[in-house]
Amino acid sequence: MKKILFFFLLFGSLSSVFAQGYQIGDKAMDFSLKNIDGSMVSMADFKEAKGFVVIFTCNHCPYAIAWEDRIIELHQRYAAKGYPVIAINPNDPEVQPADSFEKMIERAREKNFPFSYLFDEEQSVYPVYGATKTPHVYLLEKEGKDLIVRYIGAIDDNYEDANAVSKTYLADAVEALLAGKAPNPAETKAIGCSIKFKK
Amino acid sequence: MKLLITIFLGVLTAWTGFAQTPVIVNYTELKPLLHKQNDTTYLVNFWATWCSPCVEELPYLEAINEKYEGDEAFKMLLISLDFKRHLDSRLIPFIEENKLDPEVILLSDTDANYWINDIDSSWTGAIPATLIYRNKQRWFKEGSITFQEIDSVLINHFFKTE
Repeated sequence: MKKILFFFLLFGSLSSVFAQGYQIGDKAMDFSLKNIDGSMVSMADFKEAKGFVVIFTCNHCPYAIAWEDRIIELHQRYAAKGYPVIAINPNDPEVQPADSFEKMIERAREKNFPFSYLFDEEQSVYPVYGATKTPHVYLLEKEGKDLIVRYIGAIDDNYEDANAVSKTYLADAVEALLAGKAPNPAETKAIGCSIKFKK
Repeated sequence: MKLLITIFLGVLTAWTGFAQTPVIVNYTELKPLLHKQNDTTYLVNFWATWCSPCVEELPYLEAINEKYEGDEAFKMLLISLDFKRHLDSRLIPFIEENKLDPEVILLSDTDANYWINDIDSSWTGAIPATLIYRNKQRWFKEGSITFQEIDSVLINHFFKTE
């Protein structure tokens, strides 16, 4: 019995080491993270929302910066339709000083972020979701009390030039959910800055 | 005549320590460089000047390159993911300042959703990332590398005679 328990623990810990994060269709966990206004924010606070555009992003990454204005636009377009953006900075400021909470407040002020910009200070949320880079999007849909992962990946297909985008992956995915359909593609990839974790 | 010019340019380049100017390629142009079947071991590192963990591991890569560059059966490629518009303002000055020796190529291709998977399906798109291949044999890692790690992969998996 002890042996079995031991194997169980071993595999349990191994599987957490090799956790790949969420797949499409998984239930996503809610969180309580500090917002730039000092309040604690959870998805449960948004009673009217139909779902959430959770974006792991940060201040310093050139890709995150390149997509910033488009993230603001997405929030402006979809918050009223039930899909607000929730931005989360997952980086450890000791490794990347430009991503400190103070700098988040500064950046949000400069750009007048209309959405919550939360700090994953304990670095406990991004590994559960499986985020590896910034920006990294998880589109969630409310289903009763659950939040179901419907789309994972990129915002669109052109980081360099917002005017040259040919595939608006994330907006298409939100539109699909609003129309009662499953996003297709449900997963996309983009280059991003690796998440900076405590060494 | 052509040969003479080539030799002259080659000597001039060596003599002046002329820094390289990276070519800008799309993925269709890059792909053949990731699939050569000529018994050479290629180490391909995906990086950018603004990516701090990438810049931190460059000295390890240069040390690897220095160790094996005389060997005809080894070649290193540094694939920069810097923005195309930053070629002159950031990438070239960075190469000059750091006297980067391995060949640098700037990949500018917006269809990352296609080419990230095509390079390695396990790659989520974070950089740095490193690919080592020889003919059909491939090794890929997303995340930082060290000198020892790469050296032992090369020695144990690529340079061993079958």
